[in-house]
Amino acid sequence: MNLPLLTILTGAPILCGIMLLLLRTDQRVARKLAIAFSFIPLALVAYLWRNFDNTSGSLQFIEKYPWIPSLRVDYFLAIDGLGLLMVTLSAAVIPFAVIATTHAQQSKLYYALMLFLQAGLLGTFTALNFFHWFIFWELSLVPAFFLIKLWGGEKRSAAALQFFIYTMVGSIAMLVAFVGLFIATNTFDFIQLSELARNGQLAQLVTANLSGLGLSSDALSMLLFAGVFLGFAVKVPLIPFHTWLPLTYSEAPTTTSMVLTGVMSKMGVYGFIRVLLPIFPEQMRAVLTPLLWLAVATIIFSAYAAFVQKDLKRIVAYSSINHLGYCLLGLFAVVKAGDASLLNERAAALNGVILQMFNHGITASALFCFVGFLEHRNHGARGIEDFGGMRKVAPVLCGLMGITMFSSLGLPGLNGFVGEFMIFKGTFSLSAWAAAIATIGLLATAIFLLTVIQKVFSGPVKENHAWVDLTIAERLTVAPMIALMFVLGIAPHLLLQVINPTVTQMLAAVKF
Amino acid sequence: MNVDYGQIFLGLLPETIVVVTAFIALAVDLLFLREAPNRERFGFALLVVALGCIAAIVSLAQTSPPLRLLDGMLVLDGTARFIKQVILVLTIITAVTSLESNFTKHIGEYFALLLLAAIGMMLLVSSDNLLLIFVALELTSLPLYVLTAFNKSSVQSSEAALKYFLFGSMSAAFTLFGLSLLYGISNEITLGGIAAKLGGKLEPIFYVALVTTVIGFAFKIAAAPFHLWAPDAYQGAPTPVAAFIASGSKVASFFVLARIMMAGFAGTEGSAAWREILPGWVPLLAALAIASMVLGNIAAIAQSSVKRLLAYSAIAHAGYALLAILSNTQQAFGSLLYYVVTYAITALGAFAVVGVVENASNGEALRDFAGLSRRAPVLSFCMLVFVLSLAGIPPLAGFFGKFYVFTAAARSGTSLGLLWLVIAAIATSAISLYYYLQVLKQVYVVSAADNASPIRASWPVQISIVLLAIAVIALGCAPDLLLQKFTALQTFAGL
Amino acid sequence: MLAWTIYLSFIGAALVALVPSEKAVLARITALATAVLGFIVTLLAIAQGQATATLRDVVSVPWISAIGANYHLAADGISITLLLLTGIAAIAGVLFSWNVTRRVNQFFALYLTLIGGVYGVFLSFDLFLLFVFYEIAIIPKYFLIAIWGSTNKEYGAMKLALYSFVGSAMVMIGLIAAYVLAGAKTFDLIQLAQHPFAHSFQHWAFPLVFVGFAILAGLWPFHTWAPTGHVAAPTAASMLLAGVVMKLGAYGALRVAMTLFPDGLNAWRDEIGLLAVIGILYGAGVALVQKDFKFVIGYSSVSHMGFVLLGMMTLSVVGLSGAVLQMFSHGIIAGLLFAVVGRMVYDRAHTRELTALETMNLSRALPFAAVTFVLASVASMGLPGFSGFVAELQVLLGAWKVFPVYTVLAGIGILVGVAYTLRVLVKAFFGGVTPALNPGEKGHALAAITIPERIGAVMLLATTLLIGVYPRLLLDLIRPSFDSPLMQTLWKGTGQ
Repeated sequence: MNLPLLTILTGAPILCGIMLLLLRTDQRVARKLAIAFSFIPLALVAYLWRNFDNTSGSLQFIEKYPWIPSLRVDYFLAIDGLGLLMVTLSAAVIPFAVIATTHAQQSKLYYALMLFLQAGLLGTFTALNFFHWFIFWELSLVPAFFLIKLWGGEKRSAAALQFFIYTMVGSIAMLVAFVGLFIATNTFDFIQLSELARNGQLAQLVTANLSGLGLSSDALSMLLFAGVFLGFAVKVPLIPFHTWLPLTYSEAPTTTSMVLTGVMSKMGVYGFIRVLLPIFPEQMRAVLTPLLWLAVATIIFSAYAAFVQKDLKRIVAYSSINHLGYCLLGLFAVVKAGDASLLNERAAALNGVILQMFNHGITASALFCFVGFLEHRNHGARGIEDFGGMRKVAPVLCGLMGITMFSSLGLPGLNGFVGEFMIFKGTFSLSAWAAAIATIGLLATAIFLLTVIQKVFSGPVKENHAWVDLTIAERLTVAPMIALMFVLGIAPHLLLQVINPTVTQMLAAVKF
Repeated sequence: MNVDYGQIFLGLLPETIVVVTAFIALAVDLLFLREAPNRERFGFALLVVALGCIAAIVSLAQTSPPLRLLDGMLVLDGTARFIKQVILVLTIITAVTSLESNFTKHIGEYFALLLLAAIGMMLLVSSDNLLLIFVALELTSLPLYVLTAFNKSSVQSSEAALKYFLFGSMSAAFTLFGLSLLYGISNEITLGGIAAKLGGKLEPIFYVALVTTVIGFAFKIAAAPFHLWAPDAYQGAPTPVAAFIASGSKVASFFVLARIMMAGFAGTEGSAAWREILPGWVPLLAALAIASMVLGNIAAIAQSSVKRLLAYSAIAHAGYALLAILSNTQQAFGSLLYYVVTYAITALGAFAVVGVVENASNGEALRDFAGLSRRAPVLSFCMLVFVLSLAGIPPLAGFFGKFYVFTAAARSGTSLGLLWLVIAAIATSAISLYYYLQVLKQVYVVSAADNASPIRASWPVQISIVLLAIAVIALGCAPDLLLQKFTALQTFAGL
Repeated sequence: MLAWTIYLSFIGAALVALVPSEKAVLARITALATAVLGFIVTLLAIAQGQATATLRDVVSVPWISAIGANYHLAADGISITLLLLTGIAAIAGVLFSWNVTRRVNQFFALYLTLIGGVYGVFLSFDLFLLFVFYEIAIIPKYFLIAIWGSTNKEYGAMKLALYSFVGSAMVMIGLIAAYVLAGAKTFDLIQLAQHPFAHSFQHWAFPLVFVGFAILAGLWPFHTWAPTGHVAAPTAASMLLAGVVMKLGAYGALRVAMTLFPDGLNAWRDEIGLLAVIGILYGAGVALVQKDFKFVIGYSSVSHMGFVLLGMMTLSVVGLSGAVLQMFSHGIIAGLLFAVVGRMVYDRAHTRELTALETMNLSRALPFAAVTFVLASVASMGLPGFSGFVAELQVLLGAWKVFPVYTVLAGIGILVGVAYTLRVLVKAFFGGVTPALNPGEKGHALAAITIPERIGAVMLLATTLLIGVYPRLLLDLIRPSFDSPLMQTLWKGTGQ
């Protein structure tokens, strides 16, 4: 069957969202419809898994048609191992978030915006030409903006604006850089650009065609790199471009935060792997040490910041930054110059990064879900001091939440461990000092997570409420995620078998 | 010299018909209609006048070969015949628009004077002889002075007439002085002869002759700084009279001024090219043109009386027309004719509408036009056409007139010498849109006063106004209708 | 066949004028039919191959032999793009004026006359004819604003009329001079463009004619008529003004000034590019601090037109086609924005002050308007997926090589654009800091959005989305137009 699967995958949530908005139904029916719609991409993704060739690391399910010939823009969709994992993550987290919506959020518009957001995410992960990749990158901002603005907490206006503007600034920088790349190379295609970088032609073309600015070839390439880097760095986020995140994540409605942290932040790391690594390896190598420092700073600073927070959501927000810092650490380490002997370590690091992306997506969204449960029970208050002794009154909640937090911590046997382990394994060999300092971050993570457990789960019960344990619906909501945490912790090869060929091929393409 | 009276009579047949018509109108009104109500008297006189003028037009339509009689006293070529026809049409329409006036009981006299002035204009355009030109000039002016005073119940009318008369007489004196000097210098009395004798030599006395001659005609066309009579005359005179002054008199005066300058003073034109000014009549006219354009447009901005506004606009338009004359080429002459004829039609129409409003609301200030679009939709649309044509908005005749004049001016001489004049003209023309829109604003935008009632003009008046508007639109969209007439007709020798 | 766009508009105008003023519905339907027919004519011409990217004559007959003016209509890809824009904008304008009740017949008669004049400009290839149509468009604008407008309508109308008239006066001077210098034989654009004018002449003639046209395009600092005029105008007039009439100026600058005087163009390129960039930044910056909803949109028009002018100065096919595409795109988007501000919001809320609108929670009261404005804002910001992105991208691509600094500044302008658009969107519809309503709670009761408004909004949104997703529809028309001998003269001055 030669169906354009990826187009259907991306288009289905859009159509479903529009249908949902146009149908006149009441809340309950709308909710059921929304849940049904949100599973459609998951079904498609399952089909993709079945037909995915595990042995090959190159692009599959390719759809490539000329679109705007005068700008050399093609409609180019495809996925490899990395793409497959990312679309799976998007397809999995959104239904999770949709089911977990609280009463206030259960409106048709909310669901529709979620679906549009999903489409944006799916589009970003499957597009391979800058032009429509950028369309999805930018357009995913709009539903997110409205989700925060309309259903968020007290400071939601500021949060939504900040989120939008920060990301936009990064996007514009990226746009200008890609415009420069286009002028130099006359293509917007990621694959072609990577090819040019590999052959060493990219530098020549840049020099030849962009000489008007009077800068040296190195400076020009660095400038282009900086623009694209900025765009992704804001999204991840990397310190010091992270300042939008805590406010946004804490003010956004919880289910939106689930998606934001679970999938949207991965857009940034994905961009690093898909775009920066193949096209600008030289430039990354040139500033490797500062980059590593930034990654390390991200890890440590965010862990410390999480430690001093009083708001549960902010704690989780900072912990997100922390985990993504590991991803970037591993990624930067991969770039380090050297000979072929370190290929295994690089592969390990890169595999770890991708795995961590997926696992963190699962874990973090589950964590936000639990914070949402707690918040709901406490009528909106979510300070760390507002809870206590939950273990006595809501044992299931604490148990499951505990599992999630331990996974976030990186306990072996749960899914968080494998990725982190592989990252550290690779990084130690490539850049030992960075890895060493980063382990402090691990320690700090353990401290703040355990603090949360202590303050929230144990201790005297706050008697001002009648605390209720998880309902059946809630248990069913989180059960799949918890199960995944175990499964992927024990059998990570399920994912690795898909990622590894891709990683190997990617690393082969980069010159070291 | 063998004088062929038969030929002279045939040549002067149109004028004769008009004279006879004037007397018939006067006589009938005097003898039979003194007791009849005004309307009947107007109606009857109008009928007589119309018939007479139509007869004259028909007689002009005979295509006979060009005539030159009595040593240039009577020159009849195609152009002159056509202009006479235009003058007669303008006379008829002026007469029609007087239909509803109530400013006078001397109806026979009124029409007779009108026709006498028309005769003067017709003679003015068909003469090459200095003496007859002067006589015709006076024949045109004197009835107009009297007609200006015809509204005996208005002090303004008398004052206007007096100013007009005094100014006009003085200018006529200047002109006569200049013409006699010309004769003295050249010993010739026809334009062609004078040009030949002068041979392009410029003596000081010639300058005096030139300036004084121009003064007289500048007065007639209301060019600044000889325009001071115009605002008062236009405002004080009864509206149909003002219309006639603005239309017929202008056509004839410009025609003869062009001929005098281009044929009579040929060879002494000098140049008004940018940074290459040479003495002659061209720079003189250029100075007049600039003064008229600037003064006319700027003064019009402050006006609250529509008739005065139209007077100042007439001064400005005189400036543009002078531009055509001083370009001194064949094409420029054609553009002048087109411009003046279409301006006459437009001005006549505008004054006719003003007359209707004045009759209905007893005043012609801007605010009397408020809400006219509701009260008289057809007339308002015609006013829109006339005012926009004056402003120079396509596709109306006024636009093409200006454009053609500007193009002719730019083409004359070498490499855009007169472009600076064209720029000045275009700039002042741009300003003029402001005050024209003020009129239209009252007509279309401002709502009528609460006690305003619909305005109805009688059928003949409405039809003539509509016909004029249609003419303005048609001549604007297809200027060739008129232009080809000019090129097909043979022009004066020497032009 | 394309000439029928002009004739139908004028015939329609005459018919509507004759409709008695009480029969409002008849007037509206006639106007709508005329606008739709005009648009269909353009589509038919394209479908039948009579209108293509390469220049093809539509009508060419002698007109005024005395000055060598011919009635010469022709169309290439650029013309078609702008004809399509006019058609769509005209239909949308009529739909959004469905609620005009005062002097309806005169309103639509003036509106259709304006449309006819605009069609005429885009089709004329004889300079005299182009000038005639260009000036025909001035007077209906005056009356539309002075009679049916709002804030300061008489002042705004007069300012607009005088600015336009002065601009066209400047053009007239240049045209007459060029005509005379080329031998005073013809006004045909193609022939005149081939004539080599002296460099010294071009040095002053080019800025004169260019600025004369560009005044109407909102070139800084001659743009001051635009915000006042747009705010004073009734909705349909604002839509037309910002959507189409400003493009008349840009089109004239491109089609006439730049082709006739390529040496002059080369001499003044940098300065005009600078003015364009200043316009982008100035318009965006001023829009950011406005208190009146409509003023924001008015200034945003100035900012967006800056992109058009910048694109024209790049003298690269990608930049020029970006400029033309931006003309189309901004025409649609501006129409949409003004429709929401004027028709949907102001006619119901009777205020345009942002502080007042903040309290009205319009996103609940007028959900359709809110969604429309969100999408329009996104398009206006230049977000990809909508037509503005493709256009601005092309302009930036073209500008980079020639004006790298200006490119960066333009990028900053885009950012400021995001800021002011977001600000006005949030303030007007999502009530600054008021608490969110629970689902099911409604805001103030305001009249529902009528069917004609919905159709108009959907039409405009669909257009910008369609071109944003599949820009080839227009780019395949625009780009080859620059291969014609006439447009190739653009590069004569640079020696390429």
